[in-house]
Amino acid sequence: MKPLPRSSILSRYRLRPAELLFWVLPILALFLFPKWLALGTLVLVFALFALSLDLLLGFAGIMSLGHAAFFGIGAYTAGILAIGGWNEAISGVLAAALLCGAGAGIIAPFLLRLTGLPLIMVTVGVASILFEVANKATWLTGGDDGLYGIRMRPLFGFFAWSISGETKFLYAFAWLLISFVIIRRMVSSPFGIALQGIRENTARMRLIGNSVIPHLSIAFIASAMFAGIAGAVWAQTGGFVGLGVLSLDTSIDALVMLVLGGLGSLYGALIGAPVYLIFKHFAQQWNPFYWMFLVGTMLVVVVRFTRGGILGVLKATSERVTGHKKS
Amino acid sequence: MTAALEIQGLNKSFGAIQVARDITLSLEEGARRALIGPNGAGKTTFVSLLSGVVRPDSGRVLLFGQDITSDSASVRTKKGLVRTFQVSNLFGKLSVLENVFLAVSERSNASFDLWTGAGKKRELIDKAEHLIEQLRLTDNIHDPVSQIAYGRQRLVEIALALALEPRVLLLDEPAAGIPHSETDVLLEAVYSLPTNIAILMIEHDMQVVRRFASEVTVLVGGAVLMTGTPKDVMVSEQVREVYLGHAGANRFSSETLHA
Amino acid sequence: MSSLTFVVLFGVSYGLVLALIAIGLVVTMGLMRVTNLAHGAFAAIGGYVSTGLMTKAGVPFPVAIMIASLAVAAFSIVVERAFFVYLYTATELEQVLLTIGLDFIVIGALTFVYGPNIYSTPLPSYLSANIDLGVRTIETYRLVVVAVSLIVIGGLWYMFDRTTLGARLRAAVDNRTMAQSMGINVPVLFSLTFALGSGLAAFGGALGAPMLPLEPLYPFKYLILVLVVVALSGFGNVKSVVGVAIVVGIVETAGRLFFPGLGAFLIYLLLIVLMIWRRDGLFSARRT
Repeated sequence: MKPLPRSSILSRYRLRPAELLFWVLPILALFLFPKWLALGTLVLVFALFALSLDLLLGFAGIMSLGHAAFFGIGAYTAGILAIGGWNEAISGVLAAALLCGAGAGIIAPFLLRLTGLPLIMVTVGVASILFEVANKATWLTGGDDGLYGIRMRPLFGFFAWSISGETKFLYAFAWLLISFVIIRRMVSSPFGIALQGIRENTARMRLIGNSVIPHLSIAFIASAMFAGIAGAVWAQTGGFVGLGVLSLDTSIDALVMLVLGGLGSLYGALIGAPVYLIFKHFAQQWNPFYWMFLVGTMLVVVVRFTRGGILGVLKATSERVTGHKKS
Repeated sequence: MTAALEIQGLNKSFGAIQVARDITLSLEEGARRALIGPNGAGKTTFVSLLSGVVRPDSGRVLLFGQDITSDSASVRTKKGLVRTFQVSNLFGKLSVLENVFLAVSERSNASFDLWTGAGKKRELIDKAEHLIEQLRLTDNIHDPVSQIAYGRQRLVEIALALALEPRVLLLDEPAAGIPHSETDVLLEAVYSLPTNIAILMIEHDMQVVRRFASEVTVLVGGAVLMTGTPKDVMVSEQVREVYLGHAGANRFSSETLHA
Repeated sequence: MSSLTFVVLFGVSYGLVLALIAIGLVVTMGLMRVTNLAHGAFAAIGGYVSTGLMTKAGVPFPVAIMIASLAVAAFSIVVERAFFVYLYTATELEQVLLTIGLDFIVIGALTFVYGPNIYSTPLPSYLSANIDLGVRTIETYRLVVVAVSLIVIGGLWYMFDRTTLGARLRAAVDNRTMAQSMGINVPVLFSLTFALGSGLAAFGGALGAPMLPLEPLYPFKYLILVLVVVALSGFGNVKSVVGVAIVVGIVETAGRLFFPGLGAFLIYLLLIVLMIWRRDGLFSARRT
């Protein structure tokens, strides 16, 4: 029995030491930047959202510009439940995830037969319709004003949601970590390997006996559920849900974060989210259109001049330095 | 006894061009049939019709008596009807091992396992490694398929096919694109395929046909001209005229003299 | 009855402007097989430059349109060399991302130069006068738009169908390598076609500016509509672009008039239904 090389996709499941280091960082941030926990929580939430998009786009190859639809469904579900009296946090998130999964399961058979530009357009269309519906259903969503005053019961009965935000931060961190572990297992499993095959050569996968649509559907549903979790956590920690959660801007934000950090590598989402959001936070003082200019330039530069965003550049540099090829 | 593969009256037209004309033939278990015919005779289209990539206008395909005419390509493959490609159609960026692993994983329905690390599925990896050894590809086992010699890529095609445990195998010019000097390993692999598999092989090289096939079907203009032993086919006047034209007929007759 | 004629007249003129913008995209996507989501940006730039010339330099409307179109066409060649040459061999995802990035850059730049509000285009007096058509009165401008669009589109059709340039273009669309080995200089052909498509978009943006108001988000606002037109009319078929565009224009206008509460709902619904139902008539085979 020969050992598998580290560069093989079959070795993906193996833990690398650098990974453990990486997960220490958010905990360090908690202690080093106690005044920035609100931003930190936002970063954790969007890291999860971008991660869900990575599963969809980076691994299943499904190009969607409407993923905010699921983020929004998650956010509104958690918000509506809380305002309606059910403010147990964890079950709220799970309910949101289930609803997103169900929704994704319903549209999957229609959506996943499309590809390329028609697929992109339909995803934008679906998210836009959802946006319009939320806009009109003021009784449910608060319409343009949004849902205010979302307050959660203390976690497990005794961790209160303090103003200083530690509970919120750790709560978001926990969801991110759990989701990451699950997604990581998915993409390292034979299922994940099959997804890669589908991306490489779909026609050949069929002639190997893979019907493709079931695999893509599973990836799509999972990705929707994790986006829903991100949205729900966002609503619960932020206390407010507005129409913005369903907007094209939000979908594109996640996409840019992901591309910036590096598509198809899971950690790319976790790198891109903080970089993008921290940048955005400081650019807030500018005219929003100047921010667009910057984002556009970022996209063009990353696509045109790098292979795999920030993570790709880091990998290439480390390969040149150490002479090793890593997966 | 049920035929392994039975084709009844298969017809297909693309617009005004009829590429398959009422094709009827049957393959018994363990068959070694070569499919020959001039370029444009519709051989590859025929294989595409059988593998389910193209839908026929009319006709039926039966696999061990079961009607698979309305089955999709992936379903047919799962039922044991496997094809290889004339031009390598592999997962280019993936290694030889990863390519074969994909096929082995599908065959065992492991591709719905969402939890176990792929590299920990020892039974699957062992099977893949075993096949790779059988086809003498071990030297390239971890190399990306697009970077290995073309002749070895053709061997990976066969490895994929075997990994799927076919009952009926359609080989589309397995030695295509490889110089004569390097075909030995590949042809050895083809000749030593398990005897219980029914094999239909598209081939142009008459020497290969002679060594491999116990029967030959000649396809011309999308229709079956005749089926017979290699010898019968080679001495047939009809075949010579239609297939080779007059100049080629002379070359051909010299081949049969050495048969 | 009069609202019906309103819908038809407005819808047709609206649709024809969309057609002008869409034709360029149909040809470039067909010829270069590049998903170009930045096409709307050229239309926007054309409109802004033309209106800028009119309001700041007093250039007459027709002249401003021509100058803007030619300027954008020339500029687009620079963009093509810098980015699109890379995109011809890139993945679809990269094409989508990079062209979206270009859109963002243009939106940011337009805001910087012209400000975030609607940049209104004043109509010259001879166009704003009304003409009585019997069934209703209509601004002369609308009729002029219809006439000019039809002439330009007719000229394009003639060029594609009847001239050698058109034949070469169609050859390069069908089989690039073959066309190249026949001596057709494909890179130059691509650049020229790209310039033609972008110039047409600019022309549409400039001519249609009084109808399709200019604002920084213009590239995205009309992208969906233009893409719907492109997606449903396939490649290289100028006639079907006109037909589809007019239908889209009428539906949009009718929607805004009869169901104002629904907003963009109708178009998105139409989009989804058509994409899923008419998928067979569209490009992009299932992941080959």
